[in-house]
Amino acid sequence: MWDFRQYGDNTAIIADDATQLTYVDLIKVIEDMGNAVYGRCLVFCLCRNEAGAVAGYAAFIENKVVPVLLNAGMDRELLDNFLNIYRPSYLWVPSDMEDIFEGFGAVYCAYGYSLLKNQIEPDYELNPELCLLLTTSGSTGSPKLVRQSYKNVSSNARAIVEYLELSCDERPITTLPMNYTYGLSIINSHFMVGATLLVTENGLMQKGFWNFFKEQGATSFGGVPYTYEMLDKLRFYRMDLPSLRYITQAGGKLTPRLHEKFAEYAQDKGIKFFVMYGQCEATARMGYLPADKAVKKCGSMGIAIPGGHFMLIDDKGREINEPDITGELVYEGDNVTLGYAECTDDLIKGDERNGVLYTGDMARFDKDGYYYIVGRRKRFLKIYGNRVNLDEIDRMIKSHFDGIEAACSGVDDHLTIFLTNEKLAEEVKAYVVDKTGLNSVAFNTFILNEIPKNDSGKTLYRELEKYLELN
Amino acid sequence: MSNLEKYINAFVEGLEIDQELVKEGLEYQAIPQWDSVGHMGLIAALEDAFDIMMDTDDIIDFSSYEKGMEILSKNYDIEF
Repeated sequence: MWDFRQYGDNTAIIADDATQLTYVDLIKVIEDMGNAVYGRCLVFCLCRNEAGAVAGYAAFIENKVVPVLLNAGMDRELLDNFLNIYRPSYLWVPSDMEDIFEGFGAVYCAYGYSLLKNQIEPDYELNPELCLLLTTSGSTGSPKLVRQSYKNVSSNARAIVEYLELSCDERPITTLPMNYTYGLSIINSHFMVGATLLVTENGLMQKGFWNFFKEQGATSFGGVPYTYEMLDKLRFYRMDLPSLRYITQAGGKLTPRLHEKFAEYAQDKGIKFFVMYGQCEATARMGYLPADKAVKKCGSMGIAIPGGHFMLIDDKGREINEPDITGELVYEGDNVTLGYAECTDDLIKGDERNGVLYTGDMARFDKDGYYYIVGRRKRFLKIYGNRVNLDEIDRMIKSHFDGIEAACSGVDDHLTIFLTNEKLAEEVKAYVVDKTGLNSVAFNTFILNEIPKNDSGKTLYRELEKYLELN
Repeated sequence: MSNLEKYINAFVEGLEIDQELVKEGLEYQAIPQWDSVGHMGLIAALEDAFDIMMDTDDIIDFSSYEKGMEILSKNYDIEF
């Protein structure tokens, strides 16, 4: 995947606990990991934004071991569900979590992470193209994983290097979890050029983050719409950050107000601001708005990345060739992932998409060919950058609360659970908050006499949307 | 309402938590509700309650129940 040898003494990773690794150190971890892991197999990588997690991840990829990247803080019940379904050969976990997995024993440690071997041998095969697996929808408990190939990951990282014009003096600081596709793309692309990753578990709302940022001279970071809401609240515009060269945004559509504000801020300060578009199903990135168009094309997510191609398809399946007409956004490129996996039998599967992805987003393009997302064809929301499938939430509630009448709707960052039984409202909300692991502020309940349905019993979600404004 | 009551109430509303949780020892990230998202809600609730605009440094320094009181009394003349 990467050619670390040519970057030898460059610093690859600096963590806020003062751990540092050069690319030579990283090569050592790759070699040791190669000796510790037997053959091509599946490993669960329980990630925090720490040096050991990143180094271990790089070592798995370079050794052709297939990692499933999961958040180390994920709900234990959900993790057990994943473990039962995928039966990984190894776990790579923060060493403080080493003892909580029965049936696994430690075989190697590095930089605060331990490799635990499963006593049970795997009984399934991995497709030779398969590089890594990521979860898709927030954390609704669905064991569905996106299958990304070596070609997917390397082509997407190279395209990102090209349009962001990355070089070895970049020092991006982590603001997103590394098990999240956008966070991972920052790691993958910067490893391509021998740059230095600044990794921290601290977030934007913590002093430790900004101290680390300033001490280490961070040059860039990425953020989902909610990150930008926070930066706005922090009055980021007034901060003195001389090392900052560029900022990127993805993971949902920024409000026009914030897009404009940050575009103007960037212009004034002489830094670059990239609004981008992507999905885990396309490895990470599909589109970007060139920084010099950030003000002029405010509200647009831009054009396809180098090597990629966008088109719009109308409801009859025909390509739309005129500007300002809405259709479903379809993307073609080497970064369109192989497909999904829902069980171990799916891991042997090859490419099911043949380089074409129907995004589920409705879009239009202007006369200059810049794309604008205008809505969604499928029922999902983005909450703090996480894709949350509303049908899945409905199913989750109904299977946990026997006989309940419930349906979800909402707008990005605000999900409304419609119920008929007021007595269950608090309990249902607490359940959804717990299972998604997202802050409770994103959820509210709304009591109706009945959930609107058509004659065949199908929920009329359009009817529910009318109540959203009343919230 | 006293300043202390306003302060506690801002935690209850901003973080959507029970009042009994709001006490000395409560720290950022010690409960799931007080994450970065909750923090924004908390700061907004405090700014509303005391009719102030907090500085960036104070927002990111606000790491616990006690620290918050110290910041509000020192930099915003709010007495508890």
